Amino acid sequence: MLRIEYADYEALRAHGEETYPNECCGVLLGKNIAGEDDSPAAINHVQQIVRAGNTRTDSAHNRYNIAPQELVKIQRQARSFSLDIVGFYHSHPDHPAQWSTTDFAEAHWLGCSYVITSIEQGKAATTNSFLLRGTGEDDKKFEDEPIQIDIPANLAAAAAHNQKGSA
Amino acid sequence: MKIHIPTPLRTYTGGLETVSIPGATVDGVFQQLTVTYPELKPHLFTPEGKLRSFVNVYLNDDDIRYLEGKQDTAVKDSDELTIIPSIAGGNEFVTGLALLAIPIKS
Repeated sequence: MLRIEYADYEALRAHGEETYPNECCGVLLGKNIAGEDDSPAAINHVQQIVRAGNTRTDSAHNRYNIAPQELVKIQRQARSFSLDIVGFYHSHPDHPAQWSTTDFAEAHWLGCSYVITSIEQGKAATTNSFLLRGTGEDDKKFEDEPIQIDIPANLAAAAAHNQKGSA
Repeated sequence: MKIHIPTPLRTYTGGLETVSIPGATVDGVFQQLTVTYPELKPHLFTPEGKLRSFVNVYLNDDDIRYLEGKQDTAVKDSDELTIIPSIAGGNEFVTGLALLAIPIKS
């Protein structure tokens, strides 16, 4: 499962809208809370998202790449906060929020979450998360994973109030 | 010297994010790393012993592929190596679901 604060979830979706019609990308920092026997109950708990630049300026509408040098810096940043890289996010402009063959071929961070947001005509639509499971390149696979969005109590109360008001 | 291990490979270093490995060159440190943590080896190197194409190694802030001495570059105890797998992708679209949707000839 991917667990993320509402503000971070909205921020990564907004990033995709800002870079439309190009793909956005970024890194999810947090902690992996392992389930028993590496069961699917393992949680990648996001505590910070970091925007990254897309180096694929030659084909930014359907490709993304984070410069390794930038990843090194982000990993250093994570370490300074006692956090780990637990996943990545990117957008699919005018394409579904499903992993592609390119996404799969280029996925090497086993145990990490790969979050994809479809951006339809500039607006964030669906956001899905896929956990890269396996022990290596030969048996890796993407699994659909649920996303738990933590909504602050005040926002949740306001939403409930609004719902009552419109009922 | 210190070597920083990325999240997916910490399974093979007993969960350690940073390990200390002695050595005089990048290659020497890597050899010792895979002796100390043998399970790391197939994840870092091909069966022919070449660094896997998606594995990036940085000596401090420099990609070792672009160092003059490459893997033979001399290192000091105060240097740091960072192992960082690449991250890329895109929406060229044939998904697993799409593959399942391909009609099968009867």
